[in-house]
Amino acid sequence: MPFHSILFPKTKGRDGADAVDMPECFVDLNLDQIIDAVTAGKQEYNLKPFFYTPLQNLDAIQYRHEIMRALENPVLFDQIKSFANKMRAMREQLAQAAKLFYTYQKQRWVLDAVQTYCDAVQELAENQSSSNLQARGLLAFREYLTEYVNSERFMSLHAEAQTLLDDLSQVRYCVRIKDNSVRVRKYQEEADYSIQVEETFAKFRQGAVKDYRAKFSEGHEMNHVEAQILDRVAQLYPDLFLRLDTFCENHTHFADDIIRTFDREIQFYVAYLEHIARFKRAGLSFCYPRVSDTDKQVCADEAFDLALAYKLLNQNALPVYNDFYLQDPERILVVTGPNQGGKTTFARMFGQLHYLASLGCPVPGNRAQLFLYDKLLTHFEREEKIENLRGKLEDDLVRIHMLVQQATPHSVIILNEIFNSTTLQDAIFLSREILEKIMALDALGVFVTFIDELASLGEKTVSMVSTVMPDNPAVHTFKIVRQPADRLAYALAIADKYRLTYDDLRARLQA
Amino acid sequence: MNAFLLFRDRDFDVTAKLPPNHPDLVQDLELSTLFHAMAGEDEFLLEVAKQAVLSGLRNDSDTIRYRQDILRDCLNHAAPVRDMYSIAVEAIDRERKDYFSALSSSPSTMMYRSTDVMQMFVGMLKKLKRIADEHAAHFASEGFTRFFAMLQRELDEEYFARVQQHLKELKFNHGVFISAALGKGNKGADYILRKLPDKRSGWMERLFGAKPREYIFYIPDRDENGFRALSELQNRGINLAANALAQSNDHILSFFKLLRAELAFYIGCLNLQQRLAQKGEPLCFPLPVSADERKHSFHGLYDVCLTLSMEPRVVGNAANADAKQLVVITGANQGGKSTLLRGIGLAQLMMQCGMFVPAESFCAEVCDGLFTHYKREEDATMESGKFDEELKRMSDIVDRLTPNSMLLCNESFVATNEREGSEIARQIVSALLEQGTRIFFVTHLYEFARGIYDQQRRDALFLRAERQPDGTRTFKLMEGEPLQTSYGKDLYGKIFGIASANAQERVDT
Repeated sequence: MPFHSILFPKTKGRDGADAVDMPECFVDLNLDQIIDAVTAGKQEYNLKPFFYTPLQNLDAIQYRHEIMRALENPVLFDQIKSFANKMRAMREQLAQAAKLFYTYQKQRWVLDAVQTYCDAVQELAENQSSSNLQARGLLAFREYLTEYVNSERFMSLHAEAQTLLDDLSQVRYCVRIKDNSVRVRKYQEEADYSIQVEETFAKFRQGAVKDYRAKFSEGHEMNHVEAQILDRVAQLYPDLFLRLDTFCENHTHFADDIIRTFDREIQFYVAYLEHIARFKRAGLSFCYPRVSDTDKQVCADEAFDLALAYKLLNQNALPVYNDFYLQDPERILVVTGPNQGGKTTFARMFGQLHYLASLGCPVPGNRAQLFLYDKLLTHFEREEKIENLRGKLEDDLVRIHMLVQQATPHSVIILNEIFNSTTLQDAIFLSREILEKIMALDALGVFVTFIDELASLGEKTVSMVSTVMPDNPAVHTFKIVRQPADRLAYALAIADKYRLTYDDLRARLQA
Repeated sequence: MNAFLLFRDRDFDVTAKLPPNHPDLVQDLELSTLFHAMAGEDEFLLEVAKQAVLSGLRNDSDTIRYRQDILRDCLNHAAPVRDMYSIAVEAIDRERKDYFSALSSSPSTMMYRSTDVMQMFVGMLKKLKRIADEHAAHFASEGFTRFFAMLQRELDEEYFARVQQHLKELKFNHGVFISAALGKGNKGADYILRKLPDKRSGWMERLFGAKPREYIFYIPDRDENGFRALSELQNRGINLAANALAQSNDHILSFFKLLRAELAFYIGCLNLQQRLAQKGEPLCFPLPVSADERKHSFHGLYDVCLTLSMEPRVVGNAANADAKQLVVITGANQGGKSTLLRGIGLAQLMMQCGMFVPAESFCAEVCDGLFTHYKREEDATMESGKFDEELKRMSDIVDRLTPNSMLLCNESFVATNEREGSEIARQIVSALLEQGTRIFFVTHLYEFARGIYDQQRRDALFLRAERQPDGTRTFKLMEGEPLQTSYGKDLYGKIFGIASANAQERVDT
């Protein structure tokens, strides 16, 4: 198999891989936060387009799973990291060369960049040749890499750079400064005078004293005196500096395009794995979901909202796990229960899991079976206050209408607290209408609502409820469990806590 | 080069941590009086006196004798010792005052300063060497003998000449000669100051045509940036040498500082000796013995702090507490009990730091901890709180107790009634004695003192403050069992005045 890309098994899979627009569902599902965190510190690779592009077929997902799993091996992962670090160093060296003014200085930076590049490629090739690879993408890349490092153009580049560097490192010269004159000549084993001074006074040494050595700013620039000295050094070693000159002229574009693309694309995996490693260290699980484009019986165990988990991790806390499953003919999870109980988080989690699965990434949770959707459609009630309630309802309806229009039987739809700001009658009516349309499509989804009746609308809906601590109903467990919707149980528990139930009130009033 | 005048094999650390109970020692033994007698108005002498005296509890008898010998030399040859001290003080003062600060200056300015400072130090070292040459033969102690021999060995003429040669070369009258390699981006790196090849070899090279190829260029007069770059280059070149010289100065400075600190202790001793000699108070070198010998005897022991703060000479006491572990001191109020207790504590501290002691003779075992547990009037807030505080202090002492500790108790456990205080005292004292602690206990807790006396312990000695039949006190303490009556009414008589004394006289006549 010829190598195309470490992200896509076939060239045509690349379509849209350089999309720059964030998918619409990102903000509702807090995927924007997740991807920001994943790609933080990796701006130079411009990885976001990859994360904005869900895959459309199971083989492409499989392709990435293979590579991702291979990179979970710390040995391979470190090899890729080491390669990436060197490639970054090379880019920095080239950038430095471009910034500098004096020719011999620029040329040395280019030479260093070539050396760094050759090291990076050589090392990666050596490491890869000894590893037992199974992932199709990595195997194909290795084949390409092996061929490349054994090519004449690479080998001569490498050898020439090495010899030049060795020769430059041998150069020693002396400078004698007196008044305004500067004399430059080769070094001839003259004695180190500082050591003689130190030895003379060694007898007074008493233990640690202050370090008086001046720190000089070690910027990369040269001043014109240094440059003039370097010119004289070049005159002392004319052949060597001529070779340096020729080398740079002959190798203006030395880095291979496919290698450079690989360096960028492999960071998709590196970034994601580094991100989830933090959670794994805290004891959270991730799994490779089983993904299907036909079976709508989805499920997940011990899953969690990755954006929330990231926030909590920074506060040394862990998120609450939740499970869900849908068995034929079930299609829609209707979530009710007390506010602030984790309903929205649950809905986001459902969406995140499906989106991350469609990127070919491992998902939060112990075990997951997920559906490869064609569209992931979301509508979350916005907090913003709008003076004209009718205007807002109208606006919502327009958007939900568009959403339903786009939806197909292969879509995943997440609706969160829609129609909250209208009258109860309107809300019941509209919600029921929308839900029935989605059920008719046979699409998958989550419907978060305060309207209990919706939970038992038909065989396609499943009721899930956010729960509270049995002995202290003021404390939310953030567990969303399958059980019939019953607002009253919660209200009674709260009343009990404040001794406001019928019995309590009688007892209190009698006293 | 080390002075080693306080320890045979190490430097004196003026900043070493003092025993945690040192504030109690200073307060209870009135050590400030002693320190000020040693230091006069000199802050530094004061600091050293305090440190040396209070850290003495860590010394073994060998170190004590090492210092005693040096102190004898000092007493016999005070003038050269004071001269050396002045040299050290002058060197330190001049380094600080006569030259601008070396902090945050460039290597070349620092080099400039360092050669000057070194020149001054060399002068001071030569003076020190001269004293060694003149006086070494008259000093007998191991410490001074070693010190003078070291000066004569390390600072010979050849060495001073070599230093002079370096100081000359480091002026760089022939330019700065530096080697370098190509570093990052072919910038010069690894700058190393090199010794300029001799003129003569240059002549040889010219003769045989082997002169190395050399390129020369000049910085135009008005190229300020060029000169700045040039001086930075020079600075890189001389960086290490300037650092080496500046550090050498620091080392020499610290040699002078240690010399000053160690001599300061002996200067303090000389000052104290002068004061006491003027009064005609006796001094002697004590005989330290190891802790297991259980020795403690003295003649003419007086409280050095008391004599320093009053006109007449004070009364000396004698006792032989050899083979004793507990000394209980009872008797008349203001009869010299506290003074004796303080005198014992002071003598112990002075002996341990290598000083002479205020006595005609003194022999005691070396202890590794000295603790004082004194009644604290000023802490009287609430009675219960006071007793609580007393016991807490005792508990702190017990936490810190070492195997060969000495404990001085002055009217301990009086913040409660006599029966309770006595019982507490008995229990604590009995337990500490079993631990091997040596205890001197001034008390008017009769039940406690009598209880111990009745046990007829062979390791206990009882001293009693005497009073004459006419009621006046001798401040002499004699061996004697505890008596039921304190002499409080004497005191009452004295304070309430002439009336009763006159009455006594009238009776006598």
